[in-house]
Amino acid sequence: MPGDDRIAATGGRPPMVRMAGVSKAFDGRTVLDAVDFAVRAGEKVTLIGPSGSGKTTILRLAIGLTKPDAGLIEIDGRYLWHEIRAGQLVDAGERHARGVRRVVGMVFQQFNLFPHMTALQNVRDPTIQVLGLTRDEAESRAVELLTQVGLADHMAKRPAQLSGGQQQRVAIARALALRPKVMLFDEVTSALDPELVGEVLRVIRELAHATDMAMLLVTHEISFAEDIADRVLMFDAGRIVEDGPPAQVLKDPTHPRTRQFLRAIIER
Amino acid sequence: MSGFSWDWAYALSILPELLRGLMITVQATLLATAIALPLGLVLILIRVAGIPVVSRAVWFLIEFLRGTPFLIQLYFIFYVMPNYGVTLSPFTTGVIALGIYGAARAAELYRAGIEALPPGQWEACMVLGLPLPFVWRGVVMPQVVPVVTPMLGNLVIVMFKDSAVLSTITVLELVATAKDIGVMTFRYLEPLTLAGLLFWIVSYAAAHGVRHLEARHAGR
Amino acid sequence: MSGQSVSLHAYLPFLIDGVWVTLQITFAAMALAVPVAFLLAAGRMSSWRVVRLAAGFVIELFRGTSAVVQLFWAFYVLPLFGITLSPMAAGILVLGLNEGSFFSEVVRASLKSIVVGQREACVALHLPRRYAFWRIILPQALPVMIPPFGNALVLMLKFTALVSLVTVQDLSFRADQIRTALGVSGEIYGVVLMIYFALALVLAGAVALLERQAARWAGRPVPALLPWLRAHASPVPRWALGR
Repeated sequence: MPGDDRIAATGGRPPMVRMAGVSKAFDGRTVLDAVDFAVRAGEKVTLIGPSGSGKTTILRLAIGLTKPDAGLIEIDGRYLWHEIRAGQLVDAGERHARGVRRVVGMVFQQFNLFPHMTALQNVRDPTIQVLGLTRDEAESRAVELLTQVGLADHMAKRPAQLSGGQQQRVAIARALALRPKVMLFDEVTSALDPELVGEVLRVIRELAHATDMAMLLVTHEISFAEDIADRVLMFDAGRIVEDGPPAQVLKDPTHPRTRQFLRAIIER
Repeated sequence: MSGFSWDWAYALSILPELLRGLMITVQATLLATAIALPLGLVLILIRVAGIPVVSRAVWFLIEFLRGTPFLIQLYFIFYVMPNYGVTLSPFTTGVIALGIYGAARAAELYRAGIEALPPGQWEACMVLGLPLPFVWRGVVMPQVVPVVTPMLGNLVIVMFKDSAVLSTITVLELVATAKDIGVMTFRYLEPLTLAGLLFWIVSYAAAHGVRHLEARHAGR
Repeated sequence: MSGQSVSLHAYLPFLIDGVWVTLQITFAAMALAVPVAFLLAAGRMSSWRVVRLAAGFVIELFRGTSAVVQLFWAFYVLPLFGITLSPMAAGILVLGLNEGSFFSEVVRASLKSIVVGQREACVALHLPRRYAFWRIILPQALPVMIPPFGNALVLMLKFTALVSLVTVQDLSFRADQIRTALGVSGEIYGVVLMIYFALALVLAGAVALLERQAARWAGRPVPALLPWLRAHASPVPRWALGR
């Protein structure tokens, strides 16, 4: 199985997300071209690369927002769009995928908070709906998480009353409340004013150091990536062109496209 | 009373007469369109020109025409005009009334088209100091026309269907023809169903044309 | 009608009764149109092809043919099939179904207008679909529907004039009766036009109030009162008019 080498090389724990030969095209334009990679339980992986190189698509595939044209996606040991029946790998439907992707959480670039709910409701209500928590359990979990991301004083506010940085922190708390095993962060600071980026990165950094979740982050914040990542994947034109620890990929890249990309980022 | 079941021979026999009615309907629609589109443009230009009393009056007129039933507007024109010595045929009266009603609705569409222009476009023109004729002909119109054209196309289809109201002032268009046939033969099923079908065929074909227009503009 | 007086006093009460009939039909037809619109919109978005086609057929049927034809069909043809409706019922049925077909497109567009991000958030949070629709998507779509709903209500008011063609004693029908019975000239229609316009303003104003309420409820910016007065502002900057 492609990707196994990587797991063997990094050793240790089982893969939490694995993609093998995954391809995806939109309107005839290839976005991912037979990509193989795996992320182990607890591993923090940063995805970098020019826009349109397929990073965001990887995240969307990992949570089932997008279906691959070809290839296998495995989440926590189960195939996302396939199942094994009588020893045969067969296609599985949306219902099957919904069960498998349950362990994945995602934070979006545009927050996507529910505007008609307060911060507290945004964090609390999904846990009632999805995990079947009682109202009290859900509420105390939500309060705890909102306090953790520094929003104890803003729980009764609607998203429109919060700054972008505060909204994004609510969104992080909302995703965490479902206790995912994998968290996906899709350029979560790109839509923020520069002075609000720090507070969101701080929350994620603390999270990365404190939890055992696997994390996949698409980001352009290179120093942040260097700080929290165990591994950096460099994407270019739908392929992974470089894969290694941040000290190597970010400081001493081997691939010319990586060098080019990093130079452009620094000169920005 | 007969007419529980569809009679093909009868339906076929009344088809030529209905097609004649359809021709009148189409003629009335096209003539009214020829009034509505330019008149609507004139109305909206006066409305946005900010001429003290006139612009306000035109704004009220547009709102009044859009806010009242076409049927009553038609009656009003039809029964009041003779009081002032103007005697026109029902067909001409109907075309004028439909044209005026359509003009008010067209004016609203032109306005929506201009409003759809992002404010940044006006600001860009201003900071670039572009001459006014170029602002209108070179920047505003090329962006507004593609937006407005399909909307005007849909308006013509709406006017086509509204023209059925002209039957009430004895214009022998499609619906009046169908109803007359029904009255005379005591068979309503075939003439009214065929009238509906003819309306549907024409408006479906026209809607298809409008979509084509829309797609072509969107493709640019 | 007795008496040959052509003064306003003579016919105004008779007209006012017609206003009530007109308003009754407006609201009854609207009460039919709204659920019809939601049903048709749901049908068009169904995952079953047959349901999609059926809903599409109904919408096409009512949108593609003239309302006058539909009205005459309900009045003259339906009885031939053993379905005899009162003129009022036929009018309400046709207006409700016709406007419902138009409004179903508005409902569909409003549901679609809820940005993709909101749907994706529902998927990423693994929310049950039923909950996502009723508690996340619909509450955001409803306020979007209110302004077009206001337009639809005014449209319906104007639309009801057509039921006079099948002898419903509404405002329009009574105007016609007054003209023929009292021998007053066509000016009566001027009075009737003004009554219709006044009613339209009242309905539009009521919807504007509703819109403000809904915006408050949905946590959106509250629009200015009476948007149809606000609409007086010119969309063209003054300098572009050469002034």
